[in-house]
Amino acid sequence: MKTITIDPVTRIEGHAKITIDLNEDGTVEDARLHVTQYRGFEKFCEGKIYTDMPALTARTCGICPVSHVISSSKACDTLLCVTPPQAAINIRKIVNLAQIIQSHTLNFYHLSSPDFVYGFDAPKEDRNIFKLMQTHPQMAKDGIELRAFGQKIIEALAGKRIHPTGIIPGGVSNILEIEVKEKLLQEIPKAMQIAQNTLKYFKENLHKFQKEIESFASFPSLFMALVGEDGSLEHYDGVLRFIDSEGNILNEAIDPQNYKEFIGEAVEDDSYLKSPYYKPLGYPQGMYRVGALARLNIATKCGTPLADEELQNFKALGQGKPVQNSFYYHYARIIEIIYGLEKIEQLLRDEESLSDNIFARGKINNKRGVGCSEAPRGTLFHDYEVDHNGIIEKVNLIIATGNNNLAMNAGVKQVAKAFIDPEDITDGALNRVEAVIRCFDPCLSCSTHALGIVSSQIELRDHHKKIIKILKRN
Amino acid sequence: MIKQKVRVKSFKINDITVTGRSDQTLLEVAKEHDIFIPTLCYLEGLSCVGSCRLCLVEVKGARELVPACTSKIKEDMEVFTTSEKIDSHRKMILSMIFSERSHTCSVCEANGDCELQDKSVELQLDHSLVPYIDSRFAIDASHKNFVHDPNRCILCSRCVRVCNEIEGANAINIGGRGINSMIIHDMDEPWIDSQSCTSCGKCVYVCPTGALYEKEITKEDVTTKREIIRNLLKNRAENE
Repeated sequence: MKTITIDPVTRIEGHAKITIDLNEDGTVEDARLHVTQYRGFEKFCEGKIYTDMPALTARTCGICPVSHVISSSKACDTLLCVTPPQAAINIRKIVNLAQIIQSHTLNFYHLSSPDFVYGFDAPKEDRNIFKLMQTHPQMAKDGIELRAFGQKIIEALAGKRIHPTGIIPGGVSNILEIEVKEKLLQEIPKAMQIAQNTLKYFKENLHKFQKEIESFASFPSLFMALVGEDGSLEHYDGVLRFIDSEGNILNEAIDPQNYKEFIGEAVEDDSYLKSPYYKPLGYPQGMYRVGALARLNIATKCGTPLADEELQNFKALGQGKPVQNSFYYHYARIIEIIYGLEKIEQLLRDEESLSDNIFARGKINNKRGVGCSEAPRGTLFHDYEVDHNGIIEKVNLIIATGNNNLAMNAGVKQVAKAFIDPEDITDGALNRVEAVIRCFDPCLSCSTHALGIVSSQIELRDHHKKIIKILKRN
Repeated sequence: MIKQKVRVKSFKINDITVTGRSDQTLLEVAKEHDIFIPTLCYLEGLSCVGSCRLCLVEVKGARELVPACTSKIKEDMEVFTTSEKIDSHRKMILSMIFSERSHTCSVCEANGDCELQDKSVELQLDHSLVPYIDSRFAIDASHKNFVHDPNRCILCSRCVRVCNEIEGANAINIGGRGINSMIIHDMDEPWIDSQSCTSCGKCVYVCPTGALYEKEITKEDVTTKREIIRNLLKNRAENE
């Protein structure tokens, strides 16, 4: 038996390696994703005061700090037993959607588009955004512009593009100025045009990737996401819903405060990333997926016209069942970009958003608080326990990417089996193994709340688990 | 007791002849003559203790650098406020202050409004010259309005002095030894249990870092309150 190691896994956020185990007859027996970084946020947050938590946990990530700030602030709202004023909720929602827009755009254009434009078998030197700038300058420019728009909204409403400071326990710290609102509204049509172009390009080119669609983590699994009370797409508030691979609702409305009753976290020896699972089915049968694909599979509607129109087409892919092919995460993300832009426009036009009542004061009234929101990559949980002065005693974080860990591993195995020929391991095959990870758009530095140490690699191991080949990328 | 007469003395700072009263410090005379000396623990209206040592200057004939805030002027002395030696000493002192505690600006209440942060910009200290100690102290959030985070304390003792000299409560002191020294309330008990503290907040608004801060307050209110306390200190000093 041989083992192939892909190290580092490229064009993802964070560090990981993949090992592919071959059995005696040379066929792929198993493949695993190992997240090789560790940071320890849950531990070093202990002893801090709760008011530091949004800013502190935001440092988990430079891509999606807003998601952490929002979940953290929501957890602190629960500690204080306060409900932020409507203007604060609207501003938080806008910033959260802006974060989703910029992060989804980053995944599509900066990380994944080289695969779509040049194909998975293109020379590795060409599979990057710089090449895209040379051959498709307008497309690269659009991607950069759309991402910048999301970041601009975050900066305008929450103070900074990365690690914003404007979202705090009890509400937000800056009111929405009317000039800012008007300026952002003016820019929405252009952003929407780019999003529509992206959708058109993706759909026109989808036929080229039939084999990838069939084999990129395409299997039945459960799905979990937040939904609104009416079952609509929801990213900020709402209840947790689980559905199975047939689309049956397993749990209709779980209060996120009770997430521990339904989600267990398994620890595996070969990865710093924990593996959450749906408790009633146990580990590892309780594998579920989160993120854009899960959200659109679970939501019955988006609640905005253009996104709802496209949601119909998306749902048609599943033929009455949830869409199982993880390749369609890309599709779901584009629909969410369109939804995000529409929803931001609605929220900006809401007169309530301009109110100067943006902050609810409170003292520590609860010893435990859970904050839950939909991050770009899925459902994010911040769970804090404090003493009567608000000093953190215990922290549990379940990060969006972590929820997908079992599914990512299953996906890696599926792709390795479909594309790896041990006699002739091509770069294209290895790229596909990485690309299946990229479908999930994992953020590993977030999900391990871990410190980057080494980059990622693919290891090829024989049936005695002896490494016979390591493929490293520089 | 015979009171010493106050006399006028002339001396040189950076080769410029200056004059001052014999009861003045080098720092006071330098300030009157618009000669800049960096400070951190010094605050107008409070006594000087020379705890931070950032105002070190060179006096001709003296073996070591002396703190300008506690050194009285002398006739004909020659003082230099800047030199390669002084700059490197100040940078090292600032480095040691940073390395002693956890000054993580990004998650600090005082970020963007911190004298320690300003000082590192002023002295162009872009990285610490000594390794961080990674010490960890318990945060005291027991007071209903204020928080004491010793991890951000530079032991300047402004809070101790303002409580003693201006409020007259004597609720704050320094306990412990060396780098484990800490601001303590009364007999080192939780702030809320202090029998001496009047909860006036003066200590909070003279703190140069985020070691003492008020709960649930906007940045604008912080600025206003700090101005009120600083003006109060200046007025008291002028009236004395």
